[in-house]
Amino acid sequence: MLELALGILLGGCAVGAGLAMIAGIGPGIGEGNAVAKACEAIGRQPESKGDVTSTMITGCIIAETTGLYGLVIAILLIFVAPKQFVNILMETIGK
Amino acid sequence: MNKKSRFVAVDILLLAGAILPLVACMVLKILTAPPTEGIEITGALIYFTLPTPLQPLPITEAQVNSVAVVIAILFICLYFTHGLTVRPHLKRQVIAEWIVEKCKNMVHTNMGERFMGFAPFIAAIMGLSALSSLLSLLGLFPPTSDMNIVAGWAILVFTLITFYKFKAGPIQYLKSYAEPVPFLAPMNIISEIATPVSMAFRHYGNILSGSIISVLIAAALGGLSNLVLGWLPGILGEFPFLRIGIPAVLSLYFDIFSGLLQAFIFATLTMMYISGGYPAEAVAKRLARREAKKQAKTAKQAEK
Repeated sequence: MLELALGILLGGCAVGAGLAMIAGIGPGIGEGNAVAKACEAIGRQPESKGDVTSTMITGCIIAETTGLYGLVIAILLIFVAPKQFVNILMETIGK
Repeated sequence: MNKKSRFVAVDILLLAGAILPLVACMVLKILTAPPTEGIEITGALIYFTLPTPLQPLPITEAQVNSVAVVIAILFICLYFTHGLTVRPHLKRQVIAEWIVEKCKNMVHTNMGERFMGFAPFIAAIMGLSALSSLLSLLGLFPPTSDMNIVAGWAILVFTLITFYKFKAGPIQYLKSYAEPVPFLAPMNIISEIATPVSMAFRHYGNILSGSIISVLIAAALGGLSNLVLGWLPGILGEFPFLRIGIPAVLSLYFDIFSGLLQAFIFATLTMMYISGGYPAEAVAKRLARREAKKQAKTAKQAEK
């Protein structure tokens, strides 16, 4: 029974980490759009390259945040959470 | 002659001061790191724990490394500014002047004339972040991939942001939460707290994910070379040939480019948040009101 519980626990952590990384889709699409538009703008007005690039980078940074939240949660689920969850499980069982 | 040799001696001392802390960190790591088999992903090593009244305080590799980086930066700055003259005759003075000029330019374009005093702070935070991330090239644990270090910087920046928001007076500061409509105040509070959290997570997540991906790829290449070249006899079959060279290309992106970009981003965000949160109009109004009060007072006294 304990083996089953541990298996479900660790498997749940791994699946959760994978699901958390779905958050990477949004920033990918968003940053792609931003860079595409920046390229268009530079093509139209090559002299404004510096301004457009710095603004684009700032925008990309902000857009990246949500993806990074997902990433941090995935990292925590893989490397930190299993140990703590196993400890909680052992405490509840009373071992 | 005597003067020149003394100059060179001071130069050597300063360079040694910049390099020795990092070497000391490497030696410390080699001496204390437990032997591992194969490739492992672990957090920072804990060197020792200090007993404090509240709870034991672990001194980790990340803290020691970041202090070493601070000392190294101090000596690098001393080296670059050693022997400054009005007419530069040393290459390093030209480099130092270039760095200072670039930083001042960046702060001027991003924050405006009002915040020119921030140029040294921004340069310091950028250099600290960049050098901390580049420590992974020496095989040391980069302090920026530890949440605690980056969270400390983020809290420092958050304190500065709040300080500059307070310039318009505490009432104005509280009022700024009720913008544009009062019932959005919880949202404003959440977004205020999210600023340091997102800054810390961004820096830490980028550097840590880079190092984790590098380790995973190195492990995968080891397995692949075992699969492809495993039929070779003796030690040739066991040696991971594919692990030579290929991870270095990735390290070029994950360690150098990503680390420097994150330093730039952290500095840019610091500048944006500080200058963006500064309520210029309200501060101007407050100063004008004070001035008016003072003038009224002096006028009253003159009447008496």
